[in-house]
Amino acid sequence: MIKIEKLSKWYGDFQVLIDCTTQVNAAEVVVVCGPSGSGKSTLIKCVNGLEPAQEGRITVEGMEVTGRGTDLTRLRARIGMVFQHFELYPHMTVRENLCLAQQKVLGRSRDEAVAKTEALLDRVGLSQHIDKHPGALSGGQQQRVAICRALAMDPIAMLFDEPTSALDPEMINEVLDVMVELARDGMTMMVVTHEMGFARKVADRVVFMDAGAIVEDRPTEEFFGAPDTDRAKDFLSKILNH
Amino acid sequence: MFNFDFEVILNNLPFLWEGLQLSLLLTGLAVIGGIFFGTILALMRLSGILPLSLVAATYVNLIRSVPLILVIFWFYFLVPLILGRPIGSFYSALIAFTLFEAAYFSEIIRAGIQSVRQGQGQAGQATGLSYFQIQRHIVLPQAFRNMAPILVTQGIILFQDTSLVFVVSLRDFMTVSSIIARTEGRLIEMYIFAACVYFVICFAGSLFVRRLQKASIA
Repeated sequence: MIKIEKLSKWYGDFQVLIDCTTQVNAAEVVVVCGPSGSGKSTLIKCVNGLEPAQEGRITVEGMEVTGRGTDLTRLRARIGMVFQHFELYPHMTVRENLCLAQQKVLGRSRDEAVAKTEALLDRVGLSQHIDKHPGALSGGQQQRVAICRALAMDPIAMLFDEPTSALDPEMINEVLDVMVELARDGMTMMVVTHEMGFARKVADRVVFMDAGAIVEDRPTEEFFGAPDTDRAKDFLSKILNH
Repeated sequence: MFNFDFEVILNNLPFLWEGLQLSLLLTGLAVIGGIFFGTILALMRLSGILPLSLVAATYVNLIRSVPLILVIFWFYFLVPLILGRPIGSFYSALIAFTLFEAAYFSEIIRAGIQSVRQGQGQAGQATGLSYFQIQRHIVLPQAFRNMAPILVTQGIILFQDTSLVFVVSLRDFMTVSSIIARTEGRLIEMYIFAACVYFVICFAGSLFVRRLQKASIA
């Protein structure tokens, strides 16, 4: 469904992505991990065109993200994205956060949008917070609302950019639980995360990045059982042994 | 000692009220127009499209390098030349104030837009909203909230600046006060009164700013 081919990107003279090739099939969960600064977030932001890349191509269900003539807004409406810092709109209530794009982009009526919003919030156990502003919610609650905001668009795939990195430890699981459930429901997901427990539990494949390049791209069990490269071994030993 | 006679104020209240109305009307319209065009200028400057940002930057820097009184003169003498007919002191002053203030407001609004986290725009983009929808629903409301105190402060300065319209023979509050002062020979009374009125209005404005600031922190 998502195909990344020989993608390269530079910030000035500095190459942040080097010849990255991978793909995410329908209903597949792919975890992207690696040390900070390895280009994981940049890669995932290229998938919906938030970051432009200079070389290579990305297609989502056959639509070319990297193409010049592509209607990016239409494409983005079909790919959900969850950010590290939630990025809920602080001046709107939870309800308005979820309704805005449904009405403006999908052209849903107010009633349809609100019904969808209520159903989604109910699913993540946040119905009682629908009239609150994001600032009145905990980090974990905000991130669950943010996931709902993305799901409200009925996306064909979901991108997660370190969805639990900004959370207090006790709130990480409530967000991961929602993501696990999504994965079980067959959502196509690309997840940048350091949560190796989550990766082990739901990922079909793990993509390991280092210094802008995809170093390993293997089924989850193989990756955790016997990583090929020293860099991946080193990374895993650092992240798992404490 | 002096022989004060404050009755001169009471006797001329309708005349003074007319002047004050003109000052307030000019301020109000110029603030609205200035914020409107200032927003457009700010969006042009931040658009990342070189010709647009260059035009906006040139305009803002040009206007900000000349005194307001000169801009008022310009429009008073230039607009009739361009249109081929006079438009009257009030409209030429209003255009001058609006376009002059737009340059200042645009700098405030630009800072306000930049104070909104970049991720906010990305979140809007990620749900397929267009550039203008993102500005309209996500970025500008937050920018104006952050900038409200400074916008009001600029409005207060504008209110004080409206006293310059005497140069195109408009009768604002200040002009009316000095006309009465001279014709009635009550300079001290009238200028004390004018000062008091400006003080009350502007001080009320700054109290409002302080409340806005508290609200934006909370």
